[in-house]
Amino acid sequence: MAKTIDHSTQVISVKDLYKSFGDLHVLRGVNLEVSKGENVVVLGRSGTGKSVLIKILVGLLKQDKGSALVLGQEVSQLNEKELRQLRLKIGFSFQNSALYDSMTVRENLEFPLVRNVEGLSRAEINDKVESVLDAVGLLQTINQAPSELSGGQRKRIGIARTLILEPEIMLYDEPTAGLDPITCIEINELINEVQEKFHTSAIIITHDLTCARQTGDRIAMLLDGHFTKQGTFEEVFAENDERIKSFYDYNFIQ
Amino acid sequence: MSSKEKVFTKRLDYAFLSVYNGYVFFLRFFREAFRGRMEFPELVKQCYAIGYKALLLISLTGFITGMVFTKQSRPSLAEFGATSWLPSLVSIAIVRALAALVTALICSGKVGSSIGAELGSMRVTEQIDAMEVSAVNPFKFLVVTRVLASTITIPILMFYCTLVSLLGAFLNVTLNEGTSFIAFFENAFEQITFLDIGTSLVKAIAYGFTIGIVGCYQGYNASKGTEGVGKAANASVVISMFLIFIEEVIIVQVSNYFRI
Repeated sequence: MAKTIDHSTQVISVKDLYKSFGDLHVLRGVNLEVSKGENVVVLGRSGTGKSVLIKILVGLLKQDKGSALVLGQEVSQLNEKELRQLRLKIGFSFQNSALYDSMTVRENLEFPLVRNVEGLSRAEINDKVESVLDAVGLLQTINQAPSELSGGQRKRIGIARTLILEPEIMLYDEPTAGLDPITCIEINELINEVQEKFHTSAIIITHDLTCARQTGDRIAMLLDGHFTKQGTFEEVFAENDERIKSFYDYNFIQ
Repeated sequence: MSSKEKVFTKRLDYAFLSVYNGYVFFLRFFREAFRGRMEFPELVKQCYAIGYKALLLISLTGFITGMVFTKQSRPSLAEFGATSWLPSLVSIAIVRALAALVTALICSGKVGSSIGAELGSMRVTEQIDAMEVSAVNPFKFLVVTRVLASTITIPILMFYCTLVSLLGAFLNVTLNEGTSFIAFFENAFEQITFLDIGTSLVKAIAYGFTIGIVGCYQGYNASKGTEGVGKAANASVVISMFLIFIEEVIIVQVSNYFRI
């Protein structure tokens, strides 16, 4: 199915964003726009501030300077209630899945649902949980504990937990980190399926070029605290910039 | 400024900042506790977990405390031929001081460290962030329930500890003096007033709250990976024990004022 990207509607708009931790200047004038229905991959080496960027977008961190608009709202200006409303429209998939250890898979999925959607019957909750688990292909794990799942399964359940609230935007933090190549490809396919089924827009943080090529409509290369190059995978890596070339060379897809 | 002075200033700043952050956390607890929907199932689960975790240890330590205290007190009273006062002496010591302190210290080690480690681990594995980004208030779900659970459960454990300690004392007395069960408890409760029981209850509530809030604060603000989890668990025990002794002194002073 062909992707439908609405370039006239920007769901995320980041302008001149700065963030430092003490003397460490992580983001130095970042600019990024994400259109509705678009998957943007943010590439960069570890410690370049990729995760910091999406944590600012979801209000977990505050920028020092600049603007971060999500669905037309400046995240840093929102009060607690407004931020909560905005977060309902954003799905955040954590690098280590961040599943709640003390709960089963079912309870993990029910947790945000029952606290954010009022008036659901038991049958409706079960239907919702089963439908998102089915969407990520892990219905059979419904009564298992997170500790009983493999790394790939945990990632999938983490994504399912975000999907249960039907978000408009997905933020993936290193979705393929620590997984074997085959599971990586399955996760990449899942990211594309999520976009098709749930019509989400996404920012995918990664340093895995296979993931970037498979999932990204557009690639943004984060170097020295700002995006040095944005474009399709081929456009970005056609650059003569030595740093971008070395990033390509050290990956497995030469 | 010399390097030693710089280090001292930095440590002083850190100490003041920690006290301030603790104060803000404390105020936030009261703000969140009375706002929005209470997580009752989680509260009940935590009450059960705290009670269950500490029950066996409190049974053992309470029983031994009562028995050993009686055994150690006997020679002094025997010198004056006053061993018949043992039940009253022991019960006053247990009800006024020992039961609450023993319960608090056991719970501080068992429950406080467990809360600190659990929340610390949730913090470093981003589970708390995951709650936040899914529009759930993690403070209400994790902190308010645990602090309330320890504030409710520790007084109950304290009364249980009192009973078990008195049983330990009775066993020692009956083996040595042949005192009957009824005679022992009649004698024991003769000197106990409502003020003693009320003071113990206030102490246990204060200790329970302290153990809960310190454990939650340390865990909720843990950082630096697994090292941070260990530090959070350790600090939960050390700080709550320290505060418990300070509270003991203050509450005893206040209750003595009423006694006079």
